[in-house]
Amino acid sequence: MTSRIRAIAFNTFREAVRDRVLYNLVFFALLLVAMSPLLGEISIGVQRVLLINLSLSAISIFGIVISIFVGISLVSKEIERRTLYPVLSRPVGRGEFIFGKYCGLAGTLLVNTAAMTTGFYLALLLMTRSFSRADANILIAIYFLFLQFVVIIGLALFFSSFSSPLLSALFALSMFVAGTFAGDLRAFAAMGHGPERWLARAASYVVPNLASLNVITRVSHDQLIPASLVGYNTLYTALYAAATISGAVLIFSRRDLK
Amino acid sequence: MLVVAVLVVSITASFILVGRIAHAFPFSPMEDVLFMSSPEFVKRASLGYSGLLADIYWMRVVQYFGRQHQRDSTEYKALAPLLDITTTLDPNLVVAYEWGSTFLDQPPPSGAGDDAAAIALIRKGIRNNPDEWHLYFTLGFIQYLGQHDYLGAAKTFEEGSRVPGARPWLKLMAAKMLTEAGSLETARYMWQNIYNESTDKGLKRNAELHLASLVVDQEIPQLESVVSEFAGRTGHHPSSWRELIASGLLHSIPHDPTGAVYVLRNDGHVVVADWKKLPFIQKGKPE
Amino acid sequence: MLAVEILGLEKIYKVGFWHKKQKVGLKSLHLEIPQGEVFGFLGPNGAGKTTTLKLLMGLIFPTAGTARILNQPWRDPAVRARIGFLPEQPYFYDYLTPLELLDYYGTLSGVSASDRQSRIPKLLERVGLAEQARTQLRKFSKGMLQRVGIAQAVLHEPEVVFLDEPMSGLDPLGRREMRDFIQSLNREGKTVFFSTHILADAEALCHRVAVLNKGELRGVGVVPDLVAKNRSRFEVVWQGTSAIPAMRIFGNETHVAGDVARSTVSEDQLQPALETLKNQSARLISVNPVGGSLEEYFLQKLGEPAEVPR
Repeated sequence: MTSRIRAIAFNTFREAVRDRVLYNLVFFALLLVAMSPLLGEISIGVQRVLLINLSLSAISIFGIVISIFVGISLVSKEIERRTLYPVLSRPVGRGEFIFGKYCGLAGTLLVNTAAMTTGFYLALLLMTRSFSRADANILIAIYFLFLQFVVIIGLALFFSSFSSPLLSALFALSMFVAGTFAGDLRAFAAMGHGPERWLARAASYVVPNLASLNVITRVSHDQLIPASLVGYNTLYTALYAAATISGAVLIFSRRDLK
Repeated sequence: MLVVAVLVVSITASFILVGRIAHAFPFSPMEDVLFMSSPEFVKRASLGYSGLLADIYWMRVVQYFGRQHQRDSTEYKALAPLLDITTTLDPNLVVAYEWGSTFLDQPPPSGAGDDAAAIALIRKGIRNNPDEWHLYFTLGFIQYLGQHDYLGAAKTFEEGSRVPGARPWLKLMAAKMLTEAGSLETARYMWQNIYNESTDKGLKRNAELHLASLVVDQEIPQLESVVSEFAGRTGHHPSSWRELIASGLLHSIPHDPTGAVYVLRNDGHVVVADWKKLPFIQKGKPE
Repeated sequence: MLAVEILGLEKIYKVGFWHKKQKVGLKSLHLEIPQGEVFGFLGPNGAGKTTTLKLLMGLIFPTAGTARILNQPWRDPAVRARIGFLPEQPYFYDYLTPLELLDYYGTLSGVSASDRQSRIPKLLERVGLAEQARTQLRKFSKGMLQRVGIAQAVLHEPEVVFLDEPMSGLDPLGRREMRDFIQSLNREGKTVFFSTHILADAEALCHRVAVLNKGELRGVGVVPDLVAKNRSRFEVVWQGTSAIPAMRIFGNETHVAGDVARSTVSEDQLQPALETLKNQSARLISVNPVGGSLEEYFLQKLGEPAEVPR
């Protein structure tokens, strides 16, 4: 089983590369390059802060866009184009297929994020001419961003197992936005009464808790991230991803292919 | 060929048009502020990228300030709201509090001349960053020089001196506030420390200018008293520094810290040659 | 052992906005295919041939019935390692080369790395794609894709091979090669189950055929028997229009083109007709059997009511 999942994952990665998904790295590099002359000119005393904020926000946005738009087509594209037939007529379980696809996309994003991180650290080195301990702290923020991708890919996969690509994209995007407001939903639930309270509460648990995964602003000011948060976020992400993947597998296993 | 021509013309024309539009309707952060009057709303709308947005707003503050400054404008209406948005988006952007309050505090046309807003901003900064001793210093500075609230300044300097990593001279400033707040010596002490501390070239230059103006503020009365003595003795004002030197009341031709000679006026006042080079002087300004 | 047993497989779709209307994909099908047979699954477009294959491959789920392949439940993953499938108008990952595709599929089918390494190049040669082994599939023509398709279907040396319209998209040369390939597969001992609407191929290759229409099985049988069931007729072509009046006694239409005439007679009329032509000093050009083909059986079965399943 693992050899099949590995094969599917690798093939998914290969597809992303040959579909030129990794070209987004070029835009990222261009962004960093274009930004550098601005840094000295406009801002007073915020160069490092701005570089961190801009780079990490870019990593986040690029990654989320890829997670959603490649994620929703992972399964639907194969069904649409019927490339699934020769695959599923082999001893490949439907669950193996979904999980393999998931791992492939997560792996692609890992490579993508690693490349962007390298670019960012190069830019940081050019700016500050040396590394400080606080710079390692930024890696934690980037790790959290990767966890965000892991969650969103799971959501995209889940939605695309039963709805059209367009709807899946809308659902996944909505969940992302709602997830950034998870804290507000909880606060709203605490204040409300009656049905609104339960609805808001339910929503605040169902949407992914993305607020705690975004520490970009904190690391831009070199604030340390506690190890307990790292642990909590890792566990939460693993559980949330497991839930969405299981849901996707359940739905997909019962589905007639066209 | 026609299609190529249309492409080239439309691209060129649109570029030109963009320039025209930007010229006729320059980007006004006032509209920005009017539309998004709630900083909280902006923060929510930023979807977790509030740090980046804060940096962008900070850049707008700087640009706005620079533009108004260039125009020698006396209006800085958008400054306080923009700063409020910036610091709500990123409460830890210390530089925004520091520089922002300076922009707000300085008298027009250098700044908005709004002490109250400046103090409110700094207090917000201290609330959100209680370990930044520099913020206490900035607040104390405004209270001391801007509002002459020596008691308030003393309290502030005192609080700031207790923050870990605070400079020892903060404590001395607190003491000086209570005893010799009005003296030039106190001011000179503070500006000297600022000059020694600053790594930023702009800030250093600023401190230098302040120190120079303190020197002028000290020298002008001294020179004017020499002139009065001369007038007392001879019954008329001296027409030149040579006359004074000849009379033995002065050793040499007095220069101001910029190296220019002080100007002796007929009415006995002494003024600086180029007021623009010594913007912070209280005395010796040519009217 | 039976290669394939279809036990009442049924697929009824619920269509319409409220999912109330029913559309029959396949009505309760019963079929048995022994090992080593080449079995043809015939029917017009939309008859349910592809539906049957998709059910057997586990791509869609039946509303009733089961099946067994090689005596195992048909959805058992272990079984799928022993069968091969060529879908109709196959689509493959167009960003891969045949080499990469076969390697990937081979891994999924459980073929070991060393076996993949040795088999794939030989297989590509066998299907005539050795030169394009490293070309991306997006550049392949339909016929070339079909060859890739057949290669991936047999790569893991399955015991039963299912082919859905294997001749589609092939030029006459390709069709001949595919026919040869199917026969060679059969000689290797493999069971071949293929669907087609080209009767000539079925006639040439299959031991037995089944005819499907509108989701129902209309007839099953051994090809020679089915063909023989029809009274055969013969078309006689001769030169010598003077013989035409004499030929008219056989009561059939005569077509004339220049000095050449053509007429159709039944089997028992054949000998007398030839005698008549000889007497009339007409020159015989050709005698060919017409009708009595699978085509006739096929068309006949389409018109009849359905066979009652056993």
